[in-house]
Amino acid sequence: MSTKTPSVKVCDLDLQFGDIKVLQKLNLEIAQGEFLVLLGSSGCGKSTLLNCIAGLLDISAGQIFIGDKNVTWSEPSERGIGMVFQSYALYPQMTVEGNLSFGLKNARMPRDEIKSRVERAAKILQIEPLLNRKPGALSGGQRQRVAIGRALVRDVDVFLFDEPLSNLDAKLRVDLRVELKLLHQRLKNTMIYVTHDQIEAMTLADRIAIMKGGKIMQLGTPNEIYNHPKNLYVADFIGSPSMNFLNGELKDTKFTNGSLELPMGSYQFIKKTNLKNVTIGIRPEHIITGELSKKAPVITNVTINLVEPMGSDTLVYANLSDVQIRIRMEGNAKVKIGDRLEIGIDPSRASLFDTQTEQRI
Amino acid sequence: MHNSDEVPNGTKPKKIFSRSNIIVYGTLLIISIYYLLPLWVMVMTSLKGMPEIRMGNIFSPPLEVTFEPWVKAWSYACTGINCDGLSRGFWNSVQILIPSLILSISVASVNGYALANWKFKGSEVFFTILIFGAFIPYQIMIYPIVILLREIGLMGSTAGLVLVHTIFGMPILTLLFRNHFAAIPEELFKAARVDGAGFWGIYFKVLLPMSIPIFVVAMILQVTGIWNDFLFGVIYTKPATYPMTVQLNNIVNSVQGVKEYNVNMAATLLTGLVPLAIYFVSGKLFVRGIAAGAVKG
Repeated sequence: MSTKTPSVKVCDLDLQFGDIKVLQKLNLEIAQGEFLVLLGSSGCGKSTLLNCIAGLLDISAGQIFIGDKNVTWSEPSERGIGMVFQSYALYPQMTVEGNLSFGLKNARMPRDEIKSRVERAAKILQIEPLLNRKPGALSGGQRQRVAIGRALVRDVDVFLFDEPLSNLDAKLRVDLRVELKLLHQRLKNTMIYVTHDQIEAMTLADRIAIMKGGKIMQLGTPNEIYNHPKNLYVADFIGSPSMNFLNGELKDTKFTNGSLELPMGSYQFIKKTNLKNVTIGIRPEHIITGELSKKAPVITNVTINLVEPMGSDTLVYANLSDVQIRIRMEGNAKVKIGDRLEIGIDPSRASLFDTQTEQRI
Repeated sequence: MHNSDEVPNGTKPKKIFSRSNIIVYGTLLIISIYYLLPLWVMVMTSLKGMPEIRMGNIFSPPLEVTFEPWVKAWSYACTGINCDGLSRGFWNSVQILIPSLILSISVASVNGYALANWKFKGSEVFFTILIFGAFIPYQIMIYPIVILLREIGLMGSTAGLVLVHTIFGMPILTLLFRNHFAAIPEELFKAARVDGAGFWGIYFKVLLPMSIPIFVVAMILQVTGIWNDFLFGVIYTKPATYPMTVQLNNIVNSVQGVKEYNVNMAATLLTGLVPLAIYFVSGKLFVRGIAAGAVKG
């Protein structure tokens, strides 16, 4: 990314619990001030990686750098990190102020310095009126703010978030997500954020690392991940409703599946090849319907099987070459089961994968 | 009150004398009478004079209330050659109880904390061995401990008995504390580590303040266990340092003279008073502690 020293650097990280390899040869560089999201389904190793960076888990091999310091063997408190947990993990017997100042007291910081830092954090997070309360008397959102404050007072360069919004209700989650983004814009710290929620990942991240089985499947900007997924797993994982996949043959930049033919001339190939087995992925929102479909490069007709109105848009299920596909239409689209629907497909917005290797071509 | 032709609306009316209520409360009543009757007999007998006891009505309340048996049991009943009542045994028991209590609970809680949160190589094996100790019958260890105490010069002393109680309390207390600390969300522990707290910092500043209920539970277990102990007391101490239970036995089982049932009853009640008081005092705290111990909520 930049020529400056990266804020966090992970080199060839291995982690094993007995015979189980949780992380394998993992490399990651995070630039100064970057918001990196580790995204993946449960058990993919994303929280484990975060715990390794925090120093809460002893790694089996490799190195971790924070700033220009090798912190591989350092204690969590010496690494210059602040961490926010999913369950908030506030000390229940301490007041909010006690929670915020606990780390500073452990570091034997002078009293007025602690006071000014706590005040500053409380002001930023707007929790000043709550300072004398105990965590039990706070709402979920307030607790999470205090948890963020606990990281904030430490005045560190790197913030680690372990699914911080997962315990909140849907509305509050959206609110705090926005707040977090504003906070990042204001503080410009490096932030590493673990989540399984792809909306959080897409909205917050400068870059997303999608993980599976202890490996990073793709590391890129939300735009890259969404529009140019590097492999089938990423393509399927990102996007809700997920991508439609059709198997077929690729020959002379033409995709064929039975009667369906898609000329892929406008598609950006990594390497032009002819392959017997390829998979094409088309996002439900990239299937064009209505008047605009007439201008699409490929036009075909489908019969609607199922309609799911979702308010903001309508999800339509139909069969295309014997595969059920999902089409996203606008919210007030007037469609019903059994209707014939003309759809347009733009091959340049699709993704092509080798079915065998599952890699993008 | 409730008409059969009433339209169902709102709270469903409940019959007080329903079959399930009769069974539940009836059973509870019978069981409480069964358990309370001996206590009643004891208290009543201890308040009667000997002539009244000889009349035989053990369930009837005393015609003439006297506290003389209590005074005698406490201060001048004879046990062997000493005639200063249970008071000496009481103070002996206190001297055994307090150090055993503090020592066993502090060691076991740190044990449990280390085993739950600072797992080391072989910690599970260590824990298994420790728990296995709880299943070994005491009888097997009595004589080896006699030798052990003799060799370190603590045989017959209060300190020796304190040591024995501390060791024998260790398996169950460690299990109790380990399970308690293991149930505390790991994230709390991680947060404290990020905040720079070490082994003792986390224990004293984070975990201890939120674990008062489990300490109360451990205290209840130990106070009843140690106070009611007879076997170790009679084996590892000498007459001058006998705990209260041993003295009680000597009073009640003395074969000379008249059997003073009222004094025996009073002595038994006096001996049972400490565990009883612990239950009454801590029972409420115990329940409240469990309810207030919500970590997440």
